[in-house]
Amino acid sequence: MTAYLAKRLAVGLATLFVASLVVFSVLEILPGDPARIMLGMNASPEALDALRSQMGLDRPVVLRYLDWLTGMATGDFGRSYTYSSPVVELVAERVAVSLPLAVMALTLSTAIAIPVGIFAAARRGRLSDTLAMGAAQVGVAIPNFWFAMLLVYVFAVGFRLLPAGGFPGWGEGWGGLWQGFKALLLPAVSLALPQAAILARVTRSAMLEVLGEDYIRTARAKGLPRRAVLWRHALRNALIPVLTILGLQFAFLLAGTIIIENVFYLPGLGRLIFQAISQRDLIVVEGVVMLLVASIIVVNLLVDICYAVADPRLRTGR
Amino acid sequence: MKTFATMLGAAAVLLASGSAALSARTDLVVGVVLEPPHLDPTAGAAAAIDEIVYANVFEGLTRIGPSGEVEPALAESWEVSDDGLTYTFKLREGVTFHDGTTFEAADVKFSLDRARAEDSTNAQKVLFSAIESVEAFDPTTVKITLRHPQGALPYNLGWGDAVIVAPESADANKEKPIGTGPFKFDNWAKGSSVTISKYADYWGEPVALEKAEFRFIPDAAASVPALLSGDVHTFPNLQAGDALPQIEADPRFEVVIGATEGETILATNNGKAPFDNLMVRQAIAHALDRDEIILGASAGNGVPIGSHFSPANAANIDLTDTYPHDVEKAKALLAEAGYPDGFSATLKLPPPPYARQGGEIVASQLREIGIELEIIPVEWAQWLEQVFTNKDYDLTIVSHTEPNDINIYAREGYYFNYDNPAFDAVMEELGATSDPAKRKELFGTAQRILAEDAVNGFLFQLPKTGVWDAKLEGMWENTPIQANDLTKVRWVE
Repeated sequence: MTAYLAKRLAVGLATLFVASLVVFSVLEILPGDPARIMLGMNASPEALDALRSQMGLDRPVVLRYLDWLTGMATGDFGRSYTYSSPVVELVAERVAVSLPLAVMALTLSTAIAIPVGIFAAARRGRLSDTLAMGAAQVGVAIPNFWFAMLLVYVFAVGFRLLPAGGFPGWGEGWGGLWQGFKALLLPAVSLALPQAAILARVTRSAMLEVLGEDYIRTARAKGLPRRAVLWRHALRNALIPVLTILGLQFAFLLAGTIIIENVFYLPGLGRLIFQAISQRDLIVVEGVVMLLVASIIVVNLLVDICYAVADPRLRTGR
Repeated sequence: MKTFATMLGAAAVLLASGSAALSARTDLVVGVVLEPPHLDPTAGAAAAIDEIVYANVFEGLTRIGPSGEVEPALAESWEVSDDGLTYTFKLREGVTFHDGTTFEAADVKFSLDRARAEDSTNAQKVLFSAIESVEAFDPTTVKITLRHPQGALPYNLGWGDAVIVAPESADANKEKPIGTGPFKFDNWAKGSSVTISKYADYWGEPVALEKAEFRFIPDAAASVPALLSGDVHTFPNLQAGDALPQIEADPRFEVVIGATEGETILATNNGKAPFDNLMVRQAIAHALDRDEIILGASAGNGVPIGSHFSPANAANIDLTDTYPHDVEKAKALLAEAGYPDGFSATLKLPPPPYARQGGEIVASQLREIGIELEIIPVEWAQWLEQVFTNKDYDLTIVSHTEPNDINIYAREGYYFNYDNPAFDAVMEELGATSDPAKRKELFGTAQRILAEDAVNGFLFQLPKTGVWDAKLEGMWENTPIQANDLTKVRWVE
């Protein structure tokens, strides 16, 4: 197990280093002068030069890369060109929205998808299976931004139960927590629906494969009740593909939610990176991308560990 | 389910009316499209900065009012010497900054010297170019000496870039702005909103609102439900597009189409063949049908312009008939210029809808006279680099939103590559003139030169679609300067 983890960790670190090189050089060749974008069309050349040297943009590329790398190693991601506040602070504010949102959406989708998938697999071919999978098909097909707008019109404009968008922050005490939760509820539902649909289909097909195995028949034959067979024997063996999809979905939910963030004007990571790219706030783009690379590596590592827990054969490397 | 919905609806109505009946509201949520990069108007060109802090948090010696006129602000009054070289400003007494420090002449000197300094990153340094020195005569008197007479000085000092800041707090204004305005800055939740609240020790008439929040909603589709659900009370400039009729029909809202200072132009590279040929530019001008462009680019809202000047400005003259829409004449001019079969060129379009949609129409109108345009969509960063800085373009569509910016045509190396000594002379004379009647006449001459030279395709003035709750009053209809002035806004029943 330790050797397995060490190997995974080493691969992760190497990936991070390569990513830093790629990210830095790609942004270096991107057209657009950050100083010009900040000062606008009528800025004088002197003001531009003054700003460029303030931002350290007049220094050689290699030096800037090394500075950036050593800075990151010590937890200093630099200062945003546009907001002129530390990148770490900016990212932390955004993570306070994106992470809870991702966790809420993932919890919701798992809570819906796994039981539905198991249920459909257990009743394969019957009407309830057809209905459940039909619903999943619809869930995959509906664009999530459209579903999100629908939710807004029903619950915010129609019933006025939930805010149409925005994020008031987590506030103080239970009241503040509740405000934040309310603001993230509709976005989480709109993110969870398509994810749940995919997850339910994957769960169902993984379960079906397992249910056809000999050991399931043996378990039934020795008199175990259906429910125990499904949840203890079948589900555990069907978990590997489900975990893979969950890992991918979590990574997507962290930063790939820009469309939903736009519909609900949430200050999440996706919008931060989008804004930063269009304003050529390179230092922020670099910082966020590196953070995302790191979090995807961590998620994959967690998924690997879960594999090992679910399947003892992976632990011993046999 | 249906009864459940009805009950919920009824409960919501009860709650809403219950709270409103007690007393007039004093809170306001303003929806804005762009989040500012920071909140210091003296260190950035972004209109989004001024749209939050101008007149609300920061004040200058003078200010620009709702119809573009210069009004006294921190300066009670001012006098000009006979030679036009010395301005003496009499400052208001009893003014304090939001951190409690007193405002006096030394702050004015500090602010203006800081803006003019060699290493200043003020985006509009040109506003202060005529100033020779600023002198704090006594705590309530400031004397500004000019290098040459500049009639527009009081106007220039009314810009957001010229607001008065305190030496103690100036460096932190980007994050925590400290001004003298009727509202003080409370909080900035990055990516989400900026909150300001009433400043109790304000020197002037106190504002009606206790608290105002500027909420950033970049997505046009999201702004409509935000308004309908009551989350946001006003969009000073709503980008509703197709949804506008729905809002106009709703008695809960007031929709006012006003004017901005944005001259939308088909900017032309005057330094590049064949656009260096006056006849080619005249042909383009004749080929353009402004009404059709306004219909397609801006849903029919927007006033046609014939030169680079705001129709809302008192000095404006209507020059839209200089080269009226006439395809035959355009073709003849093009043939005379040596292009009987037309030519092909590129049209670079930045992201705003007025450019992208207007560009399609311009391209089809120019195709009628034989000019084939290749449309190249670019993002703002690319546009600034390629078009604005490197002048690597043939044609582009853009809106110049700074107020009173006709002087850009006299700027050396500006991206139009336009060079006309006669125009430069008019600008120079204008700079030295402070008599209003004479200034108006010179503005007219300048507009006429640009129109006749067909420097750019002059299309239309960008409209401002203001939407607000029908119970709100005091919102600005036009934007003579980039601002969302909330000082006169109040709820009425």
